[in-house]
Amino acid sequence: MQIKESPDVYDVIIVGSGAGGGMAAKQLADAGFNIAIVEAGPFFDPADPKTMTQLKWPYESPRRGAGTDRPFGEFDMAYGGWQIEGEPYTHTEGTKFNWFRSHMLGGRTNHWGRISLRFGPKDFKGKTRDGYGEDWPIGYDDVKPYYDKVDKLIGVFGTNEGLPNDPDGFFLPPPKPRLHELFYIKGAKKSGVPVIPGRLSMLTKRINKDRGVCFYCGQCSRACAVYADFSSGSCLIFPAHKNGGKIRIYVNSVVREVTTNEEGKATGVSYISKDDRKEYKLKGRVVVLAASACSSARILLNSNSKQHPNGLGNSSDIIGKYLHDSTGASSACFVPDLMNRKTNYNEDGVGGMHVYSPWWEDNSKLDFPRGYHIEVWGGMGMPNYGFGFNHNAFNKFFGLKTGGYGPQLRDEVKKYYGSVIGFGGRGEGIARKDNYCEIDTTTVDQFGIPVLKFNYKWSDLEVRQAKHMQDTFEEIIHNMGGEPIWGGKPGKDRDYGLETPGNIIHEVGTTRMGNDPKTSVTNKFNQLHDVDNVFIVDAGPFVSQADKNCTWTILALSWRASDYIIDQLKQQNI
Amino acid sequence: MDRRESIKALILGTGAIGLGLQGCKNVNDDPLLNQEIAVAETYFGRTPEELERIEELNEEQLFNEHELETIAVLSEVILPPKEPFGGPIEADVPNFIEFIGKDMPKLQYTLLGGLMWLDHEANTAFGTDFKSTPLEQQKQLLDPIAYYDAEIPMKVQSLGIQFFSLMRNLTLTGYYTSELGIKDLGYQGNQPNVWDGVPQDVLDQHGVAYDPEWIAKCVDQSKRGVIAEWDENGNLLT
Ligand SMILES: Cc1cc2nc3c(=O)[nH]c(=O)nc-3n(C[C@H](O)[C@H](O)[C@H](O)COP(=O)(O)OP(=O)(O)OC[C@H]3O[C@@H](n4cnc5c(N)ncnc54)[C@H](O)[C@@H]3O)c2cc1C
Ligand code: SF4
Repeated sequence: MQIKESPDVYDVIIVGSGAGGGMAAKQLADAGFNIAIVEAGPFFDPADPKTMTQLKWPYESPRRGAGTDRPFGEFDMAYGGWQIEGEPYTHTEGTKFNWFRSHMLGGRTNHWGRISLRFGPKDFKGKTRDGYGEDWPIGYDDVKPYYDKVDKLIGVFGTNEGLPNDPDGFFLPPPKPRLHELFYIKGAKKSGVPVIPGRLSMLTKRINKDRGVCFYCGQCSRACAVYADFSSGSCLIFPAHKNGGKIRIYVNSVVREVTTNEEGKATGVSYISKDDRKEYKLKGRVVVLAASACSSARILLNSNSKQHPNGLGNSSDIIGKYLHDSTGASSACFVPDLMNRKTNYNEDGVGGMHVYSPWWEDNSKLDFPRGYHIEVWGGMGMPNYGFGFNHNAFNKFFGLKTGGYGPQLRDEVKKYYGSVIGFGGRGEGIARKDNYCEIDTTTVDQFGIPVLKFNYKWSDLEVRQAKHMQDTFEEIIHNMGGEPIWGGKPGKDRDYGLETPGNIIHEVGTTRMGNDPKTSVTNKFNQLHDVDNVFIVDAGPFVSQADKNCTWTILALSWRASDYIIDQLKQQNI
Repeated sequence: MDRRESIKALILGTGAIGLGLQGCKNVNDDPLLNQEIAVAETYFGRTPEELERIEELNEEQLFNEHELETIAVLSEVILPPKEPFGGPIEADVPNFIEFIGKDMPKLQYTLLGGLMWLDHEANTAFGTDFKSTPLEQQKQLLDPIAYYDAEIPMKVQSLGIQFFSLMRNLTLTGYYTSELGIKDLGYQGNQPNVWDGVPQDVLDQHGVAYDPEWIAKCVDQSKRGVIAEWDENGNLLT
C-alpha cells in the first residue's frame, strides 16, 4: 500500500484540537498563517442539534442516562473514556495509570469541569520552595500576561482576593452560592478553611457578540449550545475560522508520526484516516503537537528515524518521564439539616461549583510538600439513572429500617433529596522520573501504531497529603452536623482514599521544559531542543502541576508558544 | 380492560427512537439576551455507533411476557400509583427494566433468577404464581426480603434481598427519571433560568444566610447582557 502525500504545504500543522491545539490554531490563524488541524475524532459542534445532549431529559433515552456507553453518563459530551475499543494501553505489572481520552473536535474541553485556575508564583518554583522536583525555566511573571489575555478572550468568573499564590485576574462576576454551598462555607470556616467564589470558565456576563450568556442549566459537561462555556471548538477554532483564518480541519485522522528529512528537521506528519484505514502524509513548515501529554509523547516516541533513533526530540531520553496527575481524594456526607427541602425553585446554577477552598496551610508544619484545593458538590440535581437507589439508606442514622415498599417511598425519596454534600481534594503530586509512559513494543492499536505502556506509583508524600484531605473532610462534615457516607473515612489500608493515578485526568509532564537539553525535552517556549520546528502545546512541557487544574495554564502557555512561533516564522528562523 | 390487560397494553409498546427534527427553543426569555438554540425534539445526541447498539438491544427480548407482567405487578407494589403522578407502569418502568437488563448483562441473573424464585415462593405458599396472588399474599412474600441491613454489603445478602433491592432501585430510578416522577419530585431545573440565589424562605427554613460582602461580589443579573470591560487591574467596569 502506498502512502498518499498531499501536495499542499501548510505553514503549521497542529495535531489535536483540545485546549492546547485550539489555542494554537486561533493565534496562528489570526496571524494569517495557513493551518492544518489533524484530529483523531469526528467533527463536533456543541450547537449541532443532532449531537446535542444539553437540556435532554432522562426519559428521552431508554437507559435514562446510565453510563454504559459514556463513563460519566450517556449525556456527557466525551467521545471516548477510560478504555477505547481498538486503542488499548498497557501497564508495567504492579503499577496503574488510568488514561482518559476523548476523540472529537475540541477533545476533552467539551466536557471538562471548567475549573480555571492560574498557577501562582510558588507553583513555578517547586524545587526552590521545598527541594522536591524541579523549578520551571519560567516564572509567574512570564505567564501572567498570557493568563490575563486568556481570561479576557475566553471568560472566567471569580473574584480578586489578593491571595499570594492564587493570583487575581480579569474575572466575570461569580454566581451566588447554592444552599449546600452555604452549609459548606459555614462548616469550612469553622475549621479555618477559607472559602471563596469558584473560578470557572462559564460566561455569567457577555464577553463578545459571538458567544451567548449562561442560562444556568448546570450541564456544562454536555457542552453548551450557546457557547457560554469554554470548549475549544466553539470558542477558539470556530471564531478563528469565522475571522477569515486559513484553517483546514482533518477529522477522523490519527497521527502516527512526525516525518523528518535528512537533516532531522520535521517535514510534516503521517496519519491514518479512520474512514478508509489508509495512511496519508501532510507537509508543513512547523509541526505543533497538542494531542494531550501522553498522546504527544507517544507520537514523538513512535517517530523514529536515522537521525532520531530514540524517537523525535528524545536525545535526553526524557520523553514520557515525569508523567504526573493531580492527587485526589474524596468524601461525601449526609446533612440532616438539609433534609425536607422545598423543591419549588431551580438551583441548577452553572455546571460546577459556585464556591471552593484554595490551599490554605503552611507546608513547613506538615509532613508532605505542596497543597490541594477542595471542590464541593451537592444540591437538587436532575434525576438520572441511579437516582433513588437505596433511597432511604440514611434511615440508618435515625435507627430506622432501610428498604421497604409502599406509598411511603415517595415521601422518603423527597425527604432526602438534595441532602448530600461531597468534597474532592485535588492536590499536587511530585513529578518523578520513575513515573512514566513508554512504547510497549509488544502491542499495537487497530491502526498498527505501537501503544503506550504506563508505569506509575504514588509515594508516601501523596498518601500523607490524602490523609490530610480526609482529616479535613472529617472535620468539616462534623462542623456541618453531617454523617459520612460511602463507608466512612478510608484509613491507611486504603491509602486514605488516594485515587489511582490518572483518575483526576490532569496528565502532564511527559515532555517537560527546561534550559538544559540533557534533562528536558523542550525549551521554555515549548520548542523541542533537538528539532526547532516542532512544538508541544498540551501539558507535556509542564515541569510540575501545582494544586491547580492544568487547563488554564495549557491555554496560556499555548498562546505564549504561538507568539514565539509567529515571531520565529516571521524572522524565518524556522 | 381488567388490570392485567391494561398492564400488558402499556408495557408491550415499542422502545423505538424516532429521529424527528427539530424545533427551536428560546433559552432566555429575556430581551437582554434573546438567544435561541436549535433542538431536535426526539433525538438525544447519540453517535451512529451508539444508536446502532440501542437498536440491537431493542431487537433482543430479555423477559418473556409473563416475566414482564410480573415486573409490572411488582413495581406497582413497590411504588403504588398516586394521583396525579401515576405510577411505575405509566412511567414505563417495565420497559426500562427490560432495556437495562440487556444493557447491563451483569444484572440479568439477579433479575431472571429472582423472578423465578419469587414465583416458586408464591407457588409453594399459595399454589399460584406471584402476579396472580392477591396483594395481601404478595406482601406476605415480600416482607421477609423487603428490608436489608445497611451495614452488610449487598452482594453477600440473600438472593431474595438482592433481587428485591435491585427491583426497588430500578423501579424508583425508572419512575423518578420519567416525566411523571420528575413532576412528583418537583424538580424545577433543566430549563433556562436566571440563578439569583436561594429564596429567602428556604434560607430561613435551613437556618443559613448570605454574607452581604460575598453577595456584593456576585453577578448583577440585570447587567449580564452588557459586554464585560475591566480596568488594567482587573476591576470589572460594566
Ligand atoms: C471529566 C473531566 C473533567 C475535567 N475538569 C477539568 C477542570 O475542571 N479544570 C481543568 O483545568 N481541567 C480539567 N480537565 C482536564 C482537561 O480536560 C484537559 O487538561 C484538557 O482538555 C487538555 O487539553 P489538551 O489540548 O492537552 O488535550 P485534549 O483536550 O485531550 O485534546 C487532545 C486532542 O488530540 C486528539 N488526538 C489524540 N491523539 C491524536 C493523534 N494521534 N492524532 C490526532 N489527534 C489526536 C484527541 O482526539 C483530542 O481531541 C478535565 C478532564 C475531564 C475528562
Ligand atoms: S450552565 Fe451555563 S454555560 Fe454551562 S451549559 Fe448551562 S447554560 Fe451553558
